[in-house]
Amino acid sequence: MIWLAWRQFRAAAAAMFAALAALAAVLAFTGRGLADDYAAGIAACTVRGGGCSAYVQQFFHAHQVPFFALTAIMLVLPALIGLFWGAPLITRELEAGTHRLVWNQSITRTRWLAVRLGLTGLAALAAAGLGSLAVTWWSGPVDQAAAGNHPGFPRMGPLLFDARGVVPLGYAAFAFVLGVAVGMLVRRTLPAMAVTLAVFAAVQAAVPLLVRPHLDTPVHAAPAIAETDVEDLLFPRGGGSLHLVVKPRVPGDPAAWVLSSRIVDASGEEVSGGISVSTSSGPCAPPEHREQAERRGAAPCFAELERLGYRHRLVYHPSDRFWTFQWIETGGYAALTLGLAGFCLWWVRRRLS
Amino acid sequence: MTAVLRAEGLGKRYGKRWALRDCTLDIPAGHVVGLVGPNGAGKTTLLSLACGQLTPSAGSVEVLGGRAGEGPAQLARVGFVAQDTPTYAGLSVAEHLKLGARLNPRWDDALARERVERLGLDPARRAGRLSGGQRAQLALTLGLAKRPELLLLDEPVAALDPLARREFLQSLMEAAVEHELSVVLSSHLVSDVERTCDHLVVLVDSRVQVAGEVEELLATHHRLTGPRRDPRRLPADQHVVSASHTDRQSTFIVRTDAPIHDPAWTVSRPGLEDLVLAYLDRRPETGRWPVLEVER
Amino acid sequence: MIEFHLDDHSGVSPYLQLVRQVRQALRLGLLREGDQLPTVKEVVARLAINPNTVLKAYRELERAGLVAARPGVGTFVTATLTDASLAAHEPLRRDLRRWLAAARRAGLDEESIEALFMTTFQAAAREDIA
Repeated sequence: MIWLAWRQFRAAAAAMFAALAALAAVLAFTGRGLADDYAAGIAACTVRGGGCSAYVQQFFHAHQVPFFALTAIMLVLPALIGLFWGAPLITRELEAGTHRLVWNQSITRTRWLAVRLGLTGLAALAAAGLGSLAVTWWSGPVDQAAAGNHPGFPRMGPLLFDARGVVPLGYAAFAFVLGVAVGMLVRRTLPAMAVTLAVFAAVQAAVPLLVRPHLDTPVHAAPAIAETDVEDLLFPRGGGSLHLVVKPRVPGDPAAWVLSSRIVDASGEEVSGGISVSTSSGPCAPPEHREQAERRGAAPCFAELERLGYRHRLVYHPSDRFWTFQWIETGGYAALTLGLAGFCLWWVRRRLS
Repeated sequence: MTAVLRAEGLGKRYGKRWALRDCTLDIPAGHVVGLVGPNGAGKTTLLSLACGQLTPSAGSVEVLGGRAGEGPAQLARVGFVAQDTPTYAGLSVAEHLKLGARLNPRWDDALARERVERLGLDPARRAGRLSGGQRAQLALTLGLAKRPELLLLDEPVAALDPLARREFLQSLMEAAVEHELSVVLSSHLVSDVERTCDHLVVLVDSRVQVAGEVEELLATHHRLTGPRRDPRRLPADQHVVSASHTDRQSTFIVRTDAPIHDPAWTVSRPGLEDLVLAYLDRRPETGRWPVLEVER
Repeated sequence: MIEFHLDDHSGVSPYLQLVRQVRQALRLGLLREGDQLPTVKEVVARLAINPNTVLKAYRELERAGLVAARPGVGTFVTATLTDASLAAHEPLRRDLRRWLAAARRAGLDEESIEALFMTTFQAAAREDIA
C-alpha cells in the first residue's frame, strides 16, 4: 500500500521538494554572509556610539524584499499543501471512480486512508519543517532588524510568529488533513479546494486574534513615556493640548507582541485627544517659546509629563515567550490534526461510498 | 451447495429514496448469475452492498458465508469490477499489476502477466491511453488475478463495442471455467447475459422481480394467446407476469409449474429476453398487471 | 476437431444447438470414433457462453452413448451415427426431390412448401410421442 500511496504522490512531492530544495540552497548560500554583515554592522555602530537604530533601519530596508517574500512563502505553504495535497487526495479518486478499484483490493479502506494520510502527512511536515528551518535561520538577523525598524515587525507578532519556528509544521499538517476531510464531504476537487482555503484562512485569522493572546496572561506595564518611544509629538501653536503618539513597542524588548499601547494619566484613565499640559510656557511649550536653557530637545517636557503622572501603559507578551507559544500552538494544531484524521478514518469506513 | 450471496430483506436508502428494498436472494455457488434490470433499478446498489462498498440501511447480506466487505480476508475472497471499469489513468499497465500484487495476498502474478501478454497490452502503456475494451480487460485481469471465489461485475460490457464485448465475455467465461469462479454480472440488456448466465435475477424499480436458474425460468413461463379474457379468471396457480389485450385477443405471460390444459389458449415458450421484458413492463407502482380496460 | 457456433435467434436453446452440431458432425462423418471434442474451456472461450451449458451438452451426448469423458484428458467420440442411415440417404433424397417437383407443379411456392413440410413434420412428431 505504501508503494501505491507513494506512486500516486511522487510527482507532487517531487515538485514541492525540488522547489524547497532550491530555495534552501539559495538561502544557505546567502545566509552566512548576511549574518556576518549584520554582526559586523552592529559591532561598528556600537563602537562608534550614538545607537544603532539608523544602521538597523538601513539593514532592514536593504533586505526587506526577500524578508517579506520568504515570510509570504511560509504563510502560503501550509495553504498550498492543504489545497494541492489534501483536498484532491480523496476527491480525485472519487471523480475518476478509482476508489471503487482500490477499495476492492484485499485492504480495508481504513488502512488505505491511514497509509495515504500518514505518507502525505509526513511529507507535509517535512516540507514545512525544511521551509521553516531555512527561512527561520536565514531571516534571523533581518528579524532582529525588523523589530527595531519603524513600523516594527516583532518576532512575537502575528506576521513573523506564523512564519517562523515550529508552528508552520502544525499549520501544514492541519491544512493537509483539513483538505482531506473537506474533500471527503464535498467530493469534488475544485469546490473542496475553495472550501479548504476559506476554512484554513478563517482559522489562521482567528487564532492570532482570538486564541493566541490568551495562551498566557499578558504582561501589564506602565513605564514612563520615553522620548525614544514617541512616534509623533506636536506642540500646538498658540496653546492648547499637547499632541503625543507613542510607538506600540515595549522599551527594551522590541520583539515583544504588544496587544495594547496607550497613554494614561495619573488616575489611570486613557488619554484621548490631547494631553492637558501647559503649552504656552514651561517645558512643554514649543521650543521657540521656551527659555534659552530649555530649548534643547523635548526631554524636559517628558520629565514634566512624568511628574504629572502620565505613563505609557502596555499590555504585551514578551519575546521570551516565543518558543513556549510556538510549542503550545503547534500542540493545539497537532490535536486538531489528529482529531480531523480520526474523523476522516471514521467517515471513510462508515459513510463514504 | 453453499450460497455465494444470501440477502435477507436487504435495503439501501439514500435520504428518502430506496435504491434497493426488500431484497431476499439466495444464489448458490458455481453459477454465472445475470443481474438484469433497467438503469437505476438498483443493480449497482446490490453489487456494492455485496462487495462491502456500501453498508445496508435494512436487512443483511452475506457473501460466501461472511459479512460483506468485513476485513481484508473477506475483501480478498470477492473480486469486483466496477461500472465503467475504472483504472488509474496515470499508472501503466505494469504498475496496475504491481498494485494488485502489493494489495492482494493471494495475487497470481503468473496469471496476470500471461493475460496481459495474451491480450496484447503493452505493460508500459498508461491506463489512460488504453481503449475502453483494453481498460475493461485490465480491470478484469486485476479482478481475476486476486484469485477471488466470487467475482462481481457491474455493467462490465455496457460501454464496449460489440467486438470488445464478445472478447470480454470470452475471457470472463474462460476464467470462470479455469478458476471455478462464481460470477455475478449485471447488465441492462438481456442479450448481454443471455449466453453467459445460467442463473438470473431481474431487478426492477429497486425490487427483485424474479430470480432463479435460467432453464427453470424458461420451463415455467408460458405465453398464452387466445380470446380476450380477464386475467383474474385464469387458474390460481398461473401467476400472471404480463398481460396485453386487444378488443378480441388477450396475450398473457404466466408463470406456473403445472402444465396448461386449457384448449382455448395457444401456448408458446417466451425466450429469455421476452420473459425479462415481461417483468420489466409491469406497472412499477403496483407490481401487478395492468387493469383490464377496453382498448380501441 | 470441430468448431461450434451458436445462432442466437434460432429459438433453440444453446445446449441443444451444441448437441445437434455434434450429432450432425457424427452423421456427416466429420467426427469419427476416437476424435476429441473441444474442451469446455475452449468452447466457452470461443463462444462466450456459460460453462454449464457446455457441460450439459456433453453430459447429454454421454448419456446417448456418443462420447465419453476421460478425466483430465478430455471428451472423446465413442460411437458414430454414420453407419446404416448414410446408405439410406440417397434414395430418400431422390424421393424428396420428386415430391418437391410435384409440389411445384401443384402451384406451391417455397413458403407454402416449407409450411406444409413443417406442419406435417410436427404433427408426425406429436403422433410419435403420443
